[in-house]
Amino acid sequence: MAMEGPDKKTEVVLLACGSFNPITNMHLRLFELAKDYLHETGKYKVIKGIISPVGDAYKKKGLISANHRVTMAKLATKNSDWVEVDDWESSQSEWLETLKVLRYHHQKLLSPDPTNSLQNAIPLTKPGRKRKQEPNRHDPVKKKNQSPDIKSVPQVKLLCGSDMLESFGIPNLWKLEDITEIVENHGLVCISRAGNSVQKFIYESDILWRHKNNIHLVEEWITNDISSTKIRRALRRGQSIRYLVPDVVQAYIEKNNLYSPESEDRNAGVVLAPLQKHASDSKN
Amino acid sequence: MVSRTPLILLACGSFNPITNMHMRLFELARDHLQKTGRYQVIEGIMSPVNDDYRKKGLVSARHRIAMAKLALETSDWIRVDPWESEQETWTETVKVLRHHYNESLRLLQSKKELMKNKWPIERSTEDPLSYQHSVLPELKLLCGADFLQTFKTPNLWKEEHIKEIVEKFGLVCISRAGSDPAQYISESDLLTQFQHNIFLVKEWIQNEISATQIRYALCRGLSVKYLIPDSVISYIARHNIYTEDSERKNEGDLLQPLKLHNTTVNPLND
Repeated sequence: MAMEGPDKKTEVVLLACGSFNPITNMHLRLFELAKDYLHETGKYKVIKGIISPVGDAYKKKGLISANHRVTMAKLATKNSDWVEVDDWESSQSEWLETLKVLRYHHQKLLSPDPTNSLQNAIPLTKPGRKRKQEPNRHDPVKKKNQSPDIKSVPQVKLLCGSDMLESFGIPNLWKLEDITEIVENHGLVCISRAGNSVQKFIYESDILWRHKNNIHLVEEWITNDISSTKIRRALRRGQSIRYLVPDVVQAYIEKNNLYSPESEDRNAGVVLAPLQKHASDSKN
Repeated sequence: MVSRTPLILLACGSFNPITNMHMRLFELARDHLQKTGRYQVIEGIMSPVNDDYRKKGLVSARHRIAMAKLALETSDWIRVDPWESEQETWTETVKVLRHHYNESLRLLQSKKELMKNKWPIERSTEDPLSYQHSVLPELKLLCGADFLQTFKTPNLWKEEHIKEIVEKFGLVCISRAGSDPAQYISESDLLTQFQHNIFLVKEWIQNEISATQIRYALCRGLSVKYLIPDSVISYIARHNIYTEDSERKNEGDLLQPLKLHNTTVNPLND
């Protein structure tokens, strides 16, 4: 790799949306695999990973309170120096489209909220004006602005497993224009198992095919199938989940007795928020 | 209360390095055996193989044991035992089993004497738990799905050793999706004869963290976080254990069991 590499690299923030009910080692692995992959391309520098647990209004069966899910995710990422948890999505009163969560985090990177940061002393400038400013050591995200292109603005890419990509095909779950904007303006990093059907799925979708350069398929080199559903099932059956979730998460689950047959019945029979919303949208 | 047989699980292997999967094998086996209602799993032992085994890329037992100790620091029932790695040469698995079985009997004996001396009068009111422990423990060999297959590898195992393992001790075999140990057992007369002593445990989460893949990833500078414990990752980094050089260790060497068993067979083959 050439030495001028670092300056030309596009900075990337990886955003993972999901239930995290509970967070498992698999979720944490997705970030590690995506970061390694993007760095190997030589084109990207991953500066941060964000875990954004979905709000309770999503109404998924067995979804326990966001308060607990956020706490567990925070415990699980305590030993990571680059992945963090953001509770903005889960603290909204209504369910939010994933695209809006992506937009929010992109916007936040462009103009850091002065009340939320320690950068109060620096006068806020519009992102477009940053080009001509003198070197600003307080702003690690947008340093080195010699190149006039937008490469200096970090991209927020959606990190997902192959199941999320394939959920694009479920009727009423996603809006077509949302999918388009996600793959056009942000990008996807999808971790897939060798020999699965993600390639075919992309080929069979016109939108995904058109933007396939913005969809990074990362092949997993170690099979990792630790789904939250299986973890909850094991917990109900009194089976050990040790070494599948971080020890601190296991301890938190046990202490608060989070998963039981009763918790699994939460939202039973309730229509998922996106389905409800999009179905009524299409009627109006 | 039905008395359960105390059971010790022993896993032999390279542990080069120990991964989360190795520890999962123990958890899965314990869950399964407790559910049978017949056993009380009292201990898990990991026994890293001797350096003399001569497997390609096998780093020093000192490091492999240190890593396993770090990984098991937080377990209240699994421990590492250095006995096998401290022997002069490579030791057959059946001998490792014999050693640990004798150790457990010895321990039981000394516990009994301690009890006798401590509470000579109250012995009749012993609680049921200590009564259980006076039942002779069993020791079983814990292994992954591919282990049974190695019985077929020419010269790797002695037939009489396989017999002793399944007859006197027993096997707990964790099977993974796509492998069919039951089929394999039915194809072997010996294993079929003792299949009552072979426990097949199905893995409910696909979790194939092979140590070989971990070493490759480490040599290539890829992340192995959440596949092996953080404490092991920092130990590997601090001692720079897995490198291209370490991967070439014992390259071209014959595995010690093959070498030993081969010498007796060769004259006939030639």
